[in-house]
Amino acid sequence: MSLNSDEVRRIAQLARLAVDDREAEGFAAGLSDIFDFVEALNAAEIGGVEPMAHPMDAEQRLRPDAVTEPDQRELFQALAPAADGGLYLVPRVIE
Amino acid sequence: MKLDTLAGWARRLRARDISSRELTELYLGRIDRLDSQLNSFISVTPELALAAADAADERLARGEEAPLLGLPVAQKDIFCTLGVRTSCGSKMLDNFIAPYTATVVERMNAAGAVMLGKTNMDEFAMGSSNETSHYGPVRNPWDPERVPGGSSGGSAAAVAARLVPAATGTDTGGSIRQPAAFCGITGIKPTYGRVSRYGMIAFASSLDQAGPMAASAEDCALMLNAMAGFDPRDSTSVERPAEDFTTGLGADLKGLRIGLPREFFGEGLDPGVRAATEAALAVLRERGAELVEISLPNSGLSVPAYYVVAPAECSSNLARYDGVRFGHRCDEPRDLMDLYTRSRAEGFGAEVKRRIMIGTYVLSAGYYDAYYLKAQKVRRLIADDFRRAFGQVDVIAGPTSPETPFRLGEKSADPVQMYLSDIYTIAVNLAGLPGLSMPAGTVGNLPVGMQLIGNYFDEARLLGVAHQFQQETDWHARMPAAFV
Repeated sequence: MSLNSDEVRRIAQLARLAVDDREAEGFAAGLSDIFDFVEALNAAEIGGVEPMAHPMDAEQRLRPDAVTEPDQRELFQALAPAADGGLYLVPRVIE
Repeated sequence: MKLDTLAGWARRLRARDISSRELTELYLGRIDRLDSQLNSFISVTPELALAAADAADERLARGEEAPLLGLPVAQKDIFCTLGVRTSCGSKMLDNFIAPYTATVVERMNAAGAVMLGKTNMDEFAMGSSNETSHYGPVRNPWDPERVPGGSSGGSAAAVAARLVPAATGTDTGGSIRQPAAFCGITGIKPTYGRVSRYGMIAFASSLDQAGPMAASAEDCALMLNAMAGFDPRDSTSVERPAEDFTTGLGADLKGLRIGLPREFFGEGLDPGVRAATEAALAVLRERGAELVEISLPNSGLSVPAYYVVAPAECSSNLARYDGVRFGHRCDEPRDLMDLYTRSRAEGFGAEVKRRIMIGTYVLSAGYYDAYYLKAQKVRRLIADDFRRAFGQVDVIAGPTSPETPFRLGEKSADPVQMYLSDIYTIAVNLAGLPGLSMPAGTVGNLPVGMQLIGNYFDEARLLGVAHQFQQETDWHARMPAAFV
C-alpha cells in the first residue's frame, strides 16, 4: 500500500501531530514500507479465530467504587506548563 | 577491588567484607570514569544513592535481611521515581519530575536496593538500537561503533561494562532480551502480569512487561524476587502467591525436553550466530537435555501482527501528552489545536511519530477490521502455536537475535529492517510468555545471545536452565576489555 503526503497529513491531523511538507513526504515513504510489510497478515487463515486482546484472556478486575486517592492537585499542577488558581491554562477556546 | 556479581556482593556485604557505601562509591566511580564512552545513563543520582547506602549499612549492622539490601542497581528511565526526572528517553518528558514512584522501584527500594541512576533507552521504548533516545545513542561496550540493542540499551550496556551489577529493563517486543544478547548479559522478560506496570510509562499495555538484567541467571532470579508480585494498582497484574525464583537454580537438566522451532533456524540467521547457538545447545544436551525439533508455523507473522497491535496501543497511550497537564509545551500557541499539534511535534522524535501515525491509521474508521482485528486474530494463532508446542516440550530455545550487534546508523533509514531485528522475540510478547536471553558465545569479539522461552509462569525453570548452562560456561562472566 502506498500513502501520499496528503494522506499522511490527514493521519497526522487525527494524531494531533504537526508535520510540514518535507516531513510529510518522508513519513509517506516510511509508512508505505511498513504497511506493505504488514500486508503479510492477509495470508493468515483466520476464519473462525477469536481476536485476542489480552495474553491470558483475563477479564478486567473490578474493585469497590470507593475513594482511595488523596487530593494531590498542587503536586500535580506544579508539573503543568501553565496553571493558575487550581486550573490548567490553555489558549482561549470560546471567543 | 575485583568486581563481583549481585549474588557475590550480597554475600560480601553480609560478611562485612565491604560496606554498602564503599560498594556504592566503587560503582559511582566507575560510572563517573567510564560512562562518557557509553552514554548509558540519562541521570546519575549520587546523593540519593549514598543516602540509601548509609541506610542499608544501618540495616545490615542491625542484622536485617532483605533480598537486595545494600546492592547498587540502576532503573531504566521508564520507571517513575518520585522527585527524580523520569524522561522515558524523550524530549516530551525532559522536564518531568515524577510525582510518584513506580511499584517496581518501590519494591526494590523496600528490598534494600541502592539506585545509582536512570538508564538511557529508546524514546518511549520504541526502538531496537537505542538510537531513538533524545539523549543520544548508547554505545556497545564490546565495540563502540556498534549499537547495544534496544530499547533497554542503557541498562544492558551499563551492566555489560560493570558500571552497575544489575538494572531493570522493560520488554514490549524484545527490549530486554535483544539488548541483553547484544551486550553479552542475562535478561528475562517474565510472564505478562508478573511484574506491576504501575508507574512504568506505557507504550503498548497488552505487551509491556518489566524484568531484570544482570550478568548471570542467579542475579536475575534475585532481582525478580524483589520485582515480581501482585499489585492492585495494575489492572492486569496477576493474582498469584509470591514465588522464590532462586528455587529452580539447582534443577538438573536430565530429561528436560527443549524444543527447537525450525522457523528460528531458517533463512536470515547469521551463520556465526547459528554456530554459537548450536554449540550452546550441545552443552545443554551434554547435561542431559533432549533436543526436539518443533514448529511454530505462524511465527513468521509475528512481526507484522506486532506492528499493528503495538502502534495501535501506543497511539492511544501517547494521546495523554497534550502539552496541557505535564511535559513539553510549544511556545506561544495560537489556539488549542496549535498547542496540541506543535507541542507533540516538538516533543516526540521521528520513530515515535511514525508509530503513533500507524496506530492512528489502523484504528481509524474503515480500517479497524482490515488491520487491528485481523492482527488480534493472528495474535491468537501465534499463542496457539506455543500452546501446542508446550504440549510436547518443557522449554523452547533458539537464537535471541538473527545477528550480532549492527553498526550505529546501519538500520536507521529503514524502519522495517530495524523491526526485523526482533523477529525471534516478538512472538513471545504477543503470547504473553516468559523469555530469557543468556550469553551463549561470540562471533569475533561480539556477543551472541540464546533465547529460552517457557510456558506461562515458568520463569524459575528458565532461570534454572540458564544457571545450569552458566555452571558449564563462562560467557556470562566475560567483560569487554576496555572496561576491565
